[in-house]
Amino acid sequence: MAQRTTEIIVGLFMIAGCAALLFLALQVSGLSAKSAESTYTLYANFNDTGGLTPRGRVSMAGVTVGTIESITLNKETFQARVEMSIHSEVDNIPADSSAVIRTSGLLGEQYIDISIGAEMASLNEGDTFYSTQSAMNLERLISNFASGR
Amino acid sequence: MIDRIAAFGRIGLDIVSSFGRSGRFLSGVLGGVPRPATGFPLLVKQLYAVGVLSLPIIVVSGLFIGMVLGLQGYTILSDYGSEAAIGQMIALTLVRELGPVVTALLFAGRAGSALTAEIGLMKATEQLSSMEMMGVDPLRRVVAPRLWAGFIAMPVLAVIFSVVGIWGGMLVGVDWLGVFAGSFWGNMQSSVDFVDDVLNGGIKSVVFGFVCAWIAVYQGYDCVPTSAGISSATTKTVVYSSLAVLGLDFVLTAVMFGDF
Repeated sequence: MAQRTTEIIVGLFMIAGCAALLFLALQVSGLSAKSAESTYTLYANFNDTGGLTPRGRVSMAGVTVGTIESITLNKETFQARVEMSIHSEVDNIPADSSAVIRTSGLLGEQYIDISIGAEMASLNEGDTFYSTQSAMNLERLISNFASGR
Repeated sequence: MIDRIAAFGRIGLDIVSSFGRSGRFLSGVLGGVPRPATGFPLLVKQLYAVGVLSLPIIVVSGLFIGMVLGLQGYTILSDYGSEAAIGQMIALTLVRELGPVVTALLFAGRAGSALTAEIGLMKATEQLSSMEMMGVDPLRRVVAPRLWAGFIAMPVLAVIFSVVGIWGGMLVGVDWLGVFAGSFWGNMQSSVDFVDDVLNGGIKSVVFGFVCAWIAVYQGYDCVPTSAGISSATTKTVVYSSLAVLGLDFVLTAVMFGDF
């Protein structure tokens, strides 16, 4: 085989290896996959987000309607502020709906479920959920049960 | 009876002296780093033979191993409702362990045995000694490019294996079994650390590549120059490389991921 062809093929091989390494690195550092649909942002404040992670699921009536973008701490209120991207087609969430953290299965991963309210007005881009329910804390539940409260 | 015991002693001495020979062999090879002008084309040719030609088996094995990991992992995790953890399971298993180790075993079987047979045949047909007579150092011209090619190609192959495996696991988990893609990648990204996992896996694959390439070229260089000798050397390459890789894997895992 001609020397030049061999060199080109070996060069492609090394490029493939570097690309694979780049893929491993980017996949690790958390660059999110571009979502094909358009979304709008909603916020929610929780006392305890438990095991919620970015890129988790946001669902309504069991249907996935969005993803969690980020979870940050609000230093004034000491609450966790969760930023969610909701699919644009789901644009009529009542303004008094609440965001609840549920667990799929007993010990599965946690996700946000939107519990529908009754208002006519809808949540818009940048709105914050009026009421939220924090993650179930297994230790507190057990201690409540054990102390008979 | 005494002869049997003497034979045991002989075997032990042979093993120790072969370790010594391999050490001196390695110092001769590493000392003769190929000169850039003449050595680089040789290195490229060996990289092609050792790295590029191993790609089909590495890619296909990686794909199937990733797919099996996805399937088995899903079955087990669904008992706990934790199917979404399949992403991190596949990624951590491949990047930390299976990527370097399985690649090294396949590499030893395919490229290692080829290297041993080639060098062994060169020794049996007296090409190495005629090179020495012409004043060309066979270690520098024949052996060193092959050792460096194995050393460079192994980490590249291990990374490609891991990536193809993760992709195969994604095909099974997300596209077939219906795990939510966001949690698949999200859990993976939150649990795989670049320095602790990917780089440690890379270090392992570099060490394995060095060991496999060294054993392969040494067995070829040191074989009995007959056809039976070459075949036994090729077998020894695969067996010793596999044992060394698995043993070193335990030691490296204990050092990297243990609680020392």
